[in-house]
Amino acid sequence: MYEFEYHQPKSLEEATKLFADADDPQFMAGGQTIIPVMKQRLAMPSDIIDLGKISDLQGISVDGGALTIGAMTHHNEVAGSDEVRKAIPALAELASHIGDPAVRNRGTIGGSIANNDPAADYPAALVALGATVQTTSREIAAEDFFTAMFETALDEGEMIVNVTFPAPEKAAYEKFPNPASRYATTGVFVAKTGESVRVAVTGAGACVFRQIDFEKALLGDFSPSALDGLTVSTDGLNSDLHASAEYRANLISVLAKRAVKHAG
Amino acid sequence: MPVISLTVNGNPVTADVEPRWLLSRLLRDHLGLTGTHVGCDTSQCGACVIHVDGKPVKSCAMLAAQADGAQITTIEGLAQKGKLHPMQEAFRDNHALQCGFCTPGMVMMSVALATEQPDLDEPAVRKGLEGNLCRCTGYQNIINAVMVGAKAMRG
Ligand SMILES: Cc1cc2nc3c(=O)[nH]c(=O)nc-3n(C[C@H](O)[C@H](O)[C@H](O)COP(=O)(O)OP(=O)(O)OC[C@H]3O[C@@H](n4cnc5c(N)ncnc54)[C@H](O)[C@@H]3O)c2cc1C
Ligand code: FES
Ligand code: FES
Repeated sequence: MYEFEYHQPKSLEEATKLFADADDPQFMAGGQTIIPVMKQRLAMPSDIIDLGKISDLQGISVDGGALTIGAMTHHNEVAGSDEVRKAIPALAELASHIGDPAVRNRGTIGGSIANNDPAADYPAALVALGATVQTTSREIAAEDFFTAMFETALDEGEMIVNVTFPAPEKAAYEKFPNPASRYATTGVFVAKTGESVRVAVTGAGACVFRQIDFEKALLGDFSPSALDGLTVSTDGLNSDLHASAEYRANLISVLAKRAVKHAG
Repeated sequence: MPVISLTVNGNPVTADVEPRWLLSRLLRDHLGLTGTHVGCDTSQCGACVIHVDGKPVKSCAMLAAQADGAQITTIEGLAQKGKLHPMQEAFRDNHALQCGFCTPGMVMMSVALATEQPDLDEPAVRKGLEGNLCRCTGYQNIINAVMVGAKAMRG
């Protein structure tokens, strides 16, 4: 790892100022992605701004029908939170299957979505549940937040403060984990809220996307059999050593059906 | 260089660290606690797992500077008064190691699993050890050992 300056600001204002004053700064949440990336010298920031001591980024709260999770909340906290389990059990379930216990103790929701790994789990939950990302300067709808592979709508120096999820009527997430990393080879999050159904797919393409034809079919009949006969096109799907595009297309159908069944 | 103060295996430690030092480096190269193994250095193998404020983390994926104020326990801190921790005892009794390289991380993770889940069952052990790789044993004896060790920890 190349040398860098390390800062541990106590407030968002201080973090913003440190970022503005540095040459080539990077924020750090739990370091679960940024530290390995720096070891490989794929990132060489001049300054690391550790967000771990900023209280505005911590905590889980429920207000009416909405659940708000601070950017620095670790995956294990989401998995173990009674509030999350009560409001959106599928989200707690998703968090409990990210990586392994050590990764879950350091990795954060903010770091995960800022990184926007094409195989990350949270993006599917944010898009399917219609979440809103609160940053230091604005609110961004989940669908506008994830823009491309490893890219988001965040501007230079803009920080994620928290994510708000409206509680759905029913929801479930199913993934086919990569056996080594547990990242999603493909993962499907299904959510039904009042008059709308959303199906978000991660791990299959360059970036999370909605499976609109599935959503239409499920709107009239929220049951696994409503998806019978629908086939998924391989256009734009990933093909790599873990799975071909055809395999992933099939996984989208299989996992969507499982998720609908699981959601009940 | 940041000066950090932390507690390692019950002892207060003050260290002058470079920002780029990993916690595994502080423990091994500067505190001489070489029981924490670095197998992959890429977050995959779990050999470097230690407890930070009671929770298992990979010490190769955390900066030493981030451990300021933390309570750290490494494999060296488990045995008390020359007596092995029940989980270490269970690994020995159940032939849960061969070369022993993965063992410190396995034991640290297993102690955390048994502490957090008093009703730890076999599927939970298998899921809990997903981030700990062993190239020797085939895992079965490790699973057996953790079940025995967890029971012994319950007393
Ligand atoms: C072995 C292993 C297995 C894993 N398995 C899975 C898996 O199964 N599923 C899955 O989804 N993920 C998985 N992950 C990823 C993990 O869940 C982490 O969430 C992810 O690595 C991000 O880590 P972090 O939160 O520590 O962020 P960091 O690594 O600290 O930061 C990541 C990026 O986000 C930026 N950032 C962080 N916080 C903010 C913020 N508040 N505002 C703006 N930018 C910010 C940083 O600048 C950096 O660019 C795995 C990781 C490892 C190492
Ligand atoms: S050395 Fe840390 S996970 Fe392998
Ligand atoms: S005993 Fe050799 S790696 Fe596990």
